[in-house]
Amino acid sequence: MSHNAKISRLWVGHDALQGTSLVQSSLASLWSPINGFLEWFGELGIFVWQVMRATVRRPFEGRELIRQLDEVGSKSLPMVAMAGAAIGAVLALESRHSLIRFGAKAMLPAAIVFAIIHETGPVVTGLVVSGRVGAGIGAELGSMKVTEQIDAIEASGVNPYKLLAFTRIAACVLMLPLLTLAADFAGVMTGWIATALAEPISFQKFLHAGFAGASFSDFLAPTFRTTVFGLIIGVIACFQGMRSQGGTEGVGRSATSSVVLSSLFVMLADVILTKLILVFFP
Amino acid sequence: MMNSNQSATLQVAGSGANHAPENTERNGAGPAMVLRGLHKTFEAQVVLNGVDLTVGSGETLAVLGRSGTGKSVLLKLIVGLQKPDSGSILIHGQEITNSNLEAVNEIRKTIGFLFQNAALYDSLTVEENVAFPLRRHTKMSASERADRVKELLAGVGMENELNKMPTELSGGMQKRVGLARALALEPGILLLDEPTAGLDPITSREIDELILKLQEERDVASIVVTHDLHSAKTIADRIVLLHEGNAVIEGTFEELERSDDKFVAEFFKRDS
Repeated sequence: MSHNAKISRLWVGHDALQGTSLVQSSLASLWSPINGFLEWFGELGIFVWQVMRATVRRPFEGRELIRQLDEVGSKSLPMVAMAGAAIGAVLALESRHSLIRFGAKAMLPAAIVFAIIHETGPVVTGLVVSGRVGAGIGAELGSMKVTEQIDAIEASGVNPYKLLAFTRIAACVLMLPLLTLAADFAGVMTGWIATALAEPISFQKFLHAGFAGASFSDFLAPTFRTTVFGLIIGVIACFQGMRSQGGTEGVGRSATSSVVLSSLFVMLADVILTKLILVFFP
Repeated sequence: MMNSNQSATLQVAGSGANHAPENTERNGAGPAMVLRGLHKTFEAQVVLNGVDLTVGSGETLAVLGRSGTGKSVLLKLIVGLQKPDSGSILIHGQEITNSNLEAVNEIRKTIGFLFQNAALYDSLTVEENVAFPLRRHTKMSASERADRVKELLAGVGMENELNKMPTELSGGMQKRVGLARALALEPGILLLDEPTAGLDPITSREIDELILKLQEERDVASIVVTHDLHSAKTIADRIVLLHEGNAVIEGTFEELERSDDKFVAEFFKRDS
């Protein structure tokens, strides 16, 4: 074998080795986030199981639940109503031009009311609450975790999954539909105001035209799907908060991840639930 | 507090050996805490490697050791906040490592825990913090509870700070309130995680005096995790030194101070 042939064979071997290690490192870098995601899901499952187990046992933490209903419900109301109002006004202004262009101006009240009740009201409420409440819960529980307050609760013989997690999750589940109603109401009101400013129409006539042909299920199913949004926001924010690590930086990470993940899962759930509602309430 | 004649003879730990001094079963009662072969590992790091300890009723054991040797972990295992990889923990004769949550919670009511940074609930006032265990675990009326809280806070010299929030208190004051909260249910066992850490010498001495006073007034078994040799000397009947996951030596402060063991001598030399 010539000297050149020896060198080229060595280089081939070298390339093959490099190729194998490249494949291995690519697989490892691909597996790492998948593994992290599976681990996160596994821990989330254990957390949900612990909350469920704690939920069915006495005491039922009525006092803390009422405090959380106030925290999630009353304190989110102004922001949710303002967001709903803004969406209603924008919808009226934007839809008016489009509908006039297609000669369907008479459909404006129905377009506004259906858009708000079916989609924008529930989704805007879900996203606003996941921002305000998700960040609040994530930061509060994260801070309690890193300062050992959650350990102190547990060490005193009180179940933190019930006292801290169940009450917040239940408050989110119960309050989201009510907040959605507030957002819907504010949206319809500003939708009417924006419409009336362009072309006078009475509120009664606006409502009559808006709800013409609507059934109870048009209103009920979209509103109550927000209980699922509430469940998602409560579970993810409590989970991210209670697994917080690493001091104040960890608290910040918990708050951010609570908002990001709960918003993401609210949007994902919205797509799935919209499809299901269309199947079961055509 | 026990006198030195009663206390333990110097023992060098060996794996699985029982280091319990005979006097841990004084007053005819069984030991308050018995820890056997405790192992705890975090990922690749072995924190506890077969620790055996026994603490008798009314006895105070100080746990010393370098940072990261598992002293705080030991306390968290005793109160069930973490589970050991293997080993046994008997609290007043009841095994907690394999007990269900309800049973563990019942045991926890008999244990007062002072956390390293007091871990006061920052959304509650001083009064509400101390009232928390009473509200959860007793059927006291609001006025009875208020009286008990005042009594507990008076015991730690904090009776005038009822309505303050924890953030308004100094480190020493927070520890006092934490101690009052730990004592609320009149526990038979007290676990103190670095009660004097981060405090000035005067406040440290005050906390030590408070612990001594509590020992005189109540017959509680205590484990005190500390780096403060002066504090350990003042409040402990017995001292155990943890090193590389093992209880390497235990005895009275004076016995450990006289030890020929290189690590023990080095440990005690620094502060003497």
